[in-house]
Amino acid sequence: MKDFISKRAKTIPPSGIRKFFDLALTMEEVISLGVGEPDFCTPWNICEASIYSIEQGGTAYTSNRGLQPLREAISDSLGKNYGLSYDPDREMIITTGVSEGLDIAVRAVVDPGDEVLVAEPCYVSYSPCVTLAGGIPVPVPCSGKDHFRLNPDVLMERITARSKVLIINFPNNPTGAVMRREHLKAIADIATDHDLLLISDEVYSELTYESRHTAAATVGDLRERTITLNGFSKAYAMTGWRIGYLCAPEDICNAALKIHQYVMLCAPVMGQVAALEGIRKGEDEKDRMVREYRVRRNVFVDSLNRIGLSCHLPEGAFYAFPSVEKTGMNDVEFAETLLKEEHVAVVPGSVFGEGGMNHVRCAYAVSRKELKEAIVRMERFISSHRG
Amino acid sequence: MDEKDLLILQILEDNSRLSRDEMALMAELEPDEIETRIAALEEGGVIRNYTAVIDWDKAVNGEVAAIIDLKVNPERDYGYDRIADRLSRFRQVKSLRLVTGVYDLQLMVTGRNMQEIARFVSEYIAPMDRVRETATHIIMRTYKEYGHSFMDRETTERIPYSL
Ligand SMILES: Cc1ncc(COP(=O)(O)O)c(C=O)c1O
Repeated sequence: MKDFISKRAKTIPPSGIRKFFDLALTMEEVISLGVGEPDFCTPWNICEASIYSIEQGGTAYTSNRGLQPLREAISDSLGKNYGLSYDPDREMIITTGVSEGLDIAVRAVVDPGDEVLVAEPCYVSYSPCVTLAGGIPVPVPCSGKDHFRLNPDVLMERITARSKVLIINFPNNPTGAVMRREHLKAIADIATDHDLLLISDEVYSELTYESRHTAAATVGDLRERTITLNGFSKAYAMTGWRIGYLCAPEDICNAALKIHQYVMLCAPVMGQVAALEGIRKGEDEKDRMVREYRVRRNVFVDSLNRIGLSCHLPEGAFYAFPSVEKTGMNDVEFAETLLKEEHVAVVPGSVFGEGGMNHVRCAYAVSRKELKEAIVRMERFISSHRG
Repeated sequence: MDEKDLLILQILEDNSRLSRDEMALMAELEPDEIETRIAALEEGGVIRNYTAVIDWDKAVNGEVAAIIDLKVNPERDYGYDRIADRLSRFRQVKSLRLVTGVYDLQLMVTGRNMQEIARFVSEYIAPMDRVRETATHIIMRTYKEYGHSFMDRETTERIPYSL
């Protein structure tokens, strides 16, 4: 029999943590700081709205773009919260999570051979999506020195005549870094000078603790050259519902819509109904969760520094990204030994790109009790490996 | 009362056994300030007590509880306050509130068994001047109290890693 697997499928790397995953599943009493999703259940009014809608027979396809009232509500909320203005009928698509939004965005703009600059460390799907579209991912490392913000000088070094797209994600997974308006300004100037298109994954936009989120498309003249991706997974604790959205100028949005209609048809209707309830009536619950993350962040990051894992204060998302350099272990060794000896799961930073080396990602989206226990175990671990 | 006071109350309501250093970190205040703010909240009667939320069904102390609705004739100049004051002095009365609707006052009463509660109501509550009518509801099971659910739900397994 022939080898049926395509070269493209072969070129994308397997998950960097498969081995950890399998190991953790064999263990008892694992405290997992390895999960990139809220520990809260979806607020119950959101679940009720969706259950009710199913009972009323709401189980059919929606229009390709998604439910009109949902797009209206998202458009209003983006305007009110971030000063963005997107036409819900021409410049927006409801997607099956940001995951799909990213895929169709990349495929709508990348031709074979185009270089796509990817600010790293970052969410693991960016580079594979670029590769699958025939593009060439070009990592742009963000370093701890810059609080993991994208440094304009480093970006300049990576730009070539073939650079077409830049993908960024702030607040960032895995570092928690945030780019404020003044930081984004320099990036906007470069994008304009070099005629780059920006794909900005802002799925953590509601989870900022020091300042309000700045949407990239509101900086300089970025709006005409930006695809904004966002979704409900993180802010509303709705990861399993699979609802996100893509916003872009009309011509780009139409290109993405063509791909969306062929590969997805539409996002799941149950999720869309739930998202509509969330955006209309979920504000208080969302704020409550954000306050809780902030409280946990303060305690957790302080504790990490106390036990000798130096960590800057992350301004957004729900990740702390401490350096493990002082332990003498690299990030993979650290994560593996910590899991084996103390049953605490963290993710090695190098999984998220070179810039993440010697760091580990700890998601503090777990209960205060578990966080406290995780710190006790990590402290014991560090002192037993000291010299 | 400002944002920080409200945050302190929220932290305490969730868990009142934190150290002042832990609370300071959470609320982004100095430990000393936490102490003075809590003292002021206690002083001002906003914080009344520090207690535990207990699922008494699980504790199987054999006690029973009932909600008792009362229709009461309010008193000139005092409204419901004086009768409420008298009712609240009974140790058996765990909570007491004035409510809108068909009835006026609502009590939660506990006792060793139903007979004891029935006796308490017929001997002490019903005969009180101004009490016109009572309705006693025995509590059969408590599902949720003070924001804490007592239901033993199966927790859905979370995967150990996602990126
Ligand atoms: C930066 C980032 N983008 C996208 C996603 C995927 O989001 P969704 O659930 O909307 O597909 C995640 C999930 O972890 C993420 O961290």
